[in-house]
Amino acid sequence: MTGLPHGHDPRDYDDIDRAIINGLLDGFPLSPRPYAEAAAALGLDEATLLARLKSLLDHGVLTRFGPLYRPESIGGLAILAALSVPEERFDDVTATVNAYPEVAHNYQREHRWNMWFVVATSTPERAWAVLAEIEAATGLTVVALPKEHEFFLDLRLTA
Amino acid sequence: MTDPLRTEAVLTDQALIAATEGGLPLSPTPYADIAARLGVSEAAVTDRLRAMLADGRIRRIGAVPNHYRLGYTANGMTVWDVADDRVMELGAAVGQLPFVSHCYLRPRVPGLWSYTLFAMVHGRSRTETDAHAATIRALLGDALRGGEILYSTRVLKKTGIRTAGRQPVKETS
Repeated sequence: MTGLPHGHDPRDYDDIDRAIINGLLDGFPLSPRPYAEAAAALGLDEATLLARLKSLLDHGVLTRFGPLYRPESIGGLAILAALSVPEERFDDVTATVNAYPEVAHNYQREHRWNMWFVVATSTPERAWAVLAEIEAATGLTVVALPKEHEFFLDLRLTA
Repeated sequence: MTDPLRTEAVLTDQALIAATEGGLPLSPTPYADIAARLGVSEAAVTDRLRAMLADGRIRRIGAVPNHYRLGYTANGMTVWDVADDRVMELGAAVGQLPFVSHCYLRPRVPGLWSYTLFAMVHGRSRTETDAHAATIRALLGDALRGGEILYSTRVLKKTGIRTAGRQPVKETS
């Protein structure tokens, strides 16, 4: 899904889906028949679990099912950056920033620093170059906030 | 033609990551399927995944929900100015809170930005998310010099982190 976030639609998933999501956030078996094993733990059979997972993925309730890698381990660097964009220039600056394929995501936020985006590249040099180019192209100061330490990174919200 | 003496291909981390970062196959034998595609044994695949879990390169293996679709629509980036000599200890505590997804230490930028501890907080309403922020504020106690919540009002772009030759990696928040 892209665009505006939307609310929970209870038709999107039922109690069995909820049990699957909450039960399989972590610890998926590294065994020859992992879906069969996971299904048994949930009181389901393998075919049902596979069909349910496919449906949850197709409907965007799950964005993916599998290993969640730390970005550093896939060889990348991501820098969070912020801009304070005048309201009348917001759409133009959005277009300038979003035009970079290195910009992985970009959010409008309620704050003086009202545009927050992540530049993700395979080398630090390229990431800083993109930020410098955005600064030059917009004439706005980029606040670059590369992470210095990661305390925890996971999402274990329950359905 | 198959050479019976053909040695098994070398399984690189890069190949395994590329084969799995978009998700596991929805087949009864996902690891055997990946192994077949990469020309290695199933044990090579599962052993490597187990090792990457152990050293933290893989956070977890399982379901990655779209939090908006689970009803978590009030997503706030909470930012805190915490005493430098306490921030490592307190950041670790904030990162353990169940409603915090991402928690990072970031630099100050003199004159522009003073908050160093970032915690993404998710709730089903702003009331709920504000209450979560109050919990963090209480936890930070007398080490706290100031804080704010920056609510997202619009997703301007969300393509996920891409690395060369690979599928987009969808972020969870």
